[in-house]
Amino acid sequence: MADLRCDFVGIKSPNPFWLASAPPTDKEYNVRRAFEAGWGGVVWKTLGTDPPIVNVNGPRYGAVWGADRRLLGLNNIELITDRPLDVNLREIKAVKRDYPDRAMVVSLMVPCEEEAWRAILGMVEETGADGVELNFGCPHGMSERGMGSAVGQVPEYIEMVARWCKAHTRMPVIVKLTPNITDIRYPARAAHRGGADAVSLINTVSSITGVDLDSFSPEPSIDGKGSHGGYCGPAVKPIALNMVAEIARDPETRGLPISGIGGVTTWRDAAEFIALGAGSVQVCTAAMTYGFKVVQEMIAGLEQWMDAKGHANLDAIRGRAVPNVTDWQYLNLNYVTKARIDQDVCIKCGRCYAVCEDTSHQAIAMKPGRVFEVIDAECVACNLCVNVCPVENCITMERLEAGALDERTGQVVRPEYANWTTHPNNPMARAAE
Amino acid sequence: MKLMQPADGSGVGPRTPGVAAGRLDAEALARNFDDIAPPLSDHEALVAADRCYFCYDAPCITACPTAIDIPLFIREIATGAPEAAARTIFDANILGGMCARVCPTETLCEQACVREAAEGRPVEIGRLQRYATDILMAQGEHPFSRAGATGRRVAVVGAGPAGLACAHRLAMLGHDVVIYEAKPKGGGLNEYGIAAYKTPDGFAQAELDWLLGIGGIEIRHGQALGRAVTLEGLRAEHDAVFLGMGLGGVKALGLGDLEGVRPAVEFIAELRQAEELAALPIGRRVVVVGGGMTAIDAAVQSKLLGADEVTIVYRRGRDRMAASGHEQEHALGAGVRIVSGAVPVALHGEDRLQAVECAYTRDGSAGLEVTGERFTLPADQLFVAIGQSLAGVPDGLAVEGGKIQVGAGGRTGLEGVWAGGDCTPGGEDLTVTAVAQGRDAAMDINAALTGAGAARAAE
Repeated sequence: MADLRCDFVGIKSPNPFWLASAPPTDKEYNVRRAFEAGWGGVVWKTLGTDPPIVNVNGPRYGAVWGADRRLLGLNNIELITDRPLDVNLREIKAVKRDYPDRAMVVSLMVPCEEEAWRAILGMVEETGADGVELNFGCPHGMSERGMGSAVGQVPEYIEMVARWCKAHTRMPVIVKLTPNITDIRYPARAAHRGGADAVSLINTVSSITGVDLDSFSPEPSIDGKGSHGGYCGPAVKPIALNMVAEIARDPETRGLPISGIGGVTTWRDAAEFIALGAGSVQVCTAAMTYGFKVVQEMIAGLEQWMDAKGHANLDAIRGRAVPNVTDWQYLNLNYVTKARIDQDVCIKCGRCYAVCEDTSHQAIAMKPGRVFEVIDAECVACNLCVNVCPVENCITMERLEAGALDERTGQVVRPEYANWTTHPNNPMARAAE
Repeated sequence: MKLMQPADGSGVGPRTPGVAAGRLDAEALARNFDDIAPPLSDHEALVAADRCYFCYDAPCITACPTAIDIPLFIREIATGAPEAAARTIFDANILGGMCARVCPTETLCEQACVREAAEGRPVEIGRLQRYATDILMAQGEHPFSRAGATGRRVAVVGAGPAGLACAHRLAMLGHDVVIYEAKPKGGGLNEYGIAAYKTPDGFAQAELDWLLGIGGIEIRHGQALGRAVTLEGLRAEHDAVFLGMGLGGVKALGLGDLEGVRPAVEFIAELRQAEELAALPIGRRVVVVGGGMTAIDAAVQSKLLGADEVTIVYRRGRDRMAASGHEQEHALGAGVRIVSGAVPVALHGEDRLQAVECAYTRDGSAGLEVTGERFTLPADQLFVAIGQSLAGVPDGLAVEGGKIQVGAGGRTGLEGVWAGGDCTPGGEDLTVTAVAQGRDAAMDINAALTGAGAARAAE
């Protein structure tokens, strides 16, 4: 059986599945239920300075749904914990005492003053918590008070606060990054320079989930008005994966531990984050959609896949996909594929034809009897037909072997690797040596 | 399976001998004749609609005799615009509400659905169509308006699906229409045929009233062609005539006349018009002869009225029955027995029917042959459903194979006379086909009256 034990910057947990700092980790009651359900760790919902903030008293969440009202994206305008600091600290201590094998990380957000950070770090240390996560991510509410993403959007602030924290605590310091920036590498580098032990990402994406077409209020609506919230859930996963990969492969931050967050809903999502370099994964929306029990599927699924593939432990898969993330200019232009339609499984819906004919390259022919066939001389291998086909594996991309003729270009496929950097059309191309 | 309980108190029940009313109590009858396919809820409709792949040049459209743009209306449902969906449906088929209830979708659109090929479970097109049309019709407003008056008058014979579809389209195009209907109510087989549980709660009349909301259509009842009115008279008084009178005659068994033997269509019409089902007499043992929808509807409804034993006798194999496999399964599920490959050869009884003697058949060199192997079914009633026939065809119309011959657009050989629906060939006598023929004839009549197309060239 694969070993799922996780050691993330010295923070140990029986599995890599942590609950992210969010509503599910706001109270002792919830966190005990989470640990009973099998979660490997939690990042306690962000603590601030007293007096506690207040939340709106109308809806805090908005959502985007797919078929059968499946929740695809969730948006929240909830702030950090609205309970007194001492209550949270007392509860953190009690839970950690009763679940010593689970990871207990405490999320923090206090004003950008060294004394404020020093003071709260001391209090957290006394709870026996395993580490702290600096919330530089929340895009709503707190940022208007100079905290959250207001810090996370300024690399200099990130570096400064990280440095303060490292100076005032023996606990590992994780910096949580906001995706609401243009290039995730800058804040990650700043955290690294400041001495942070790790980064976690992504926090939520600034969003409006919809507009009520009767009242013309943004959703979620508070008395007819709405404010941007933080978007999370399956919809943001691709954004998160890319940002994790960018940090994992950046020369300046390579090797910096990453706790992956953003739309982790199944074991498969978690495995993908780990393959792109995440040391642990944090989950929120899946738990907020289905309850804490989902972790049992995540554990079982990850174990089964690792066993099937012969991966003994998390180290065996961590970062395995990172070397394969590259820049566009290095992609092999001599890799030529053509779409192939398996007539035995085709159900003749014609979606491939409609999209290719209307929006792409007119590379699919519709023949009598609703037989759809690829026209090699037109097919640029864009993959759109594969993506819209409702039958899995009905349309596949088949590679043309070296020496074969690409009917579209009239060129024979060459065996060697060649990319844009040396392409004759590239004005910047270096002369072949 | 619907419950069938003996009526209490009266002592009459399914096993009471002979022909008797009130075999089931009112509650059981109400349950038995309730909506067979209850409408989809909003959420069910969204889930069902989401299964549609929005196929290119969709096979379901091709399979629909009225060519409703099915993927479009389903997408309109999926995006929360069922009224728009209903308009898409009514644009092609003004009786889309009835068709959603009575179409054999399993042999039309849903059979063609690519998900039927993929997984044996098509998109529920019929139920989605009912969902959308119910919503728009419940809003009470007629969704179409008439074009400017043309001053032309068209006579439509028969207020059945073909006549109504023709009349509606003509009215929409600005013509004035008078429908000459033989019966006291309009709707044709929607009102007098079709199993009651497919169209409960007076839907046929409600749909008729809603359809007439377009304006410009007058229905005159008691106006049977050949009696109250003549084709010559109609031609003289109108700019065009559309014949959609259906099949007024029934084919007889030719085995003599005993009490208890009657056409199935008559029994169904009586049932549809019954004020109180408990007052409707039905035999303890009922035999139905035939293999089409009428046979199925008569047999199932006999069972639902409380008949103890109901048997359908069909001359060929079940695979040759005009009723779909789905309909056959429905009958079997209701407790009807289907004896295939047999024909009645003699009726027994003094004044009243007591038994039907049948013989097995086989496929011989000269077609179907009756064998000497016989069996006898005790029977209190025999409903004959071996087909209907054209009755009272006016002179001057070409009739072939028992149907009025028509060309493109429903033109008959007579100048200014069109025809469609069951009295013309094609389409297996389905409601939806009648609608298509009526609508298409209206378009052709309009072209002729307004001088569009060929008619323009002739002038």
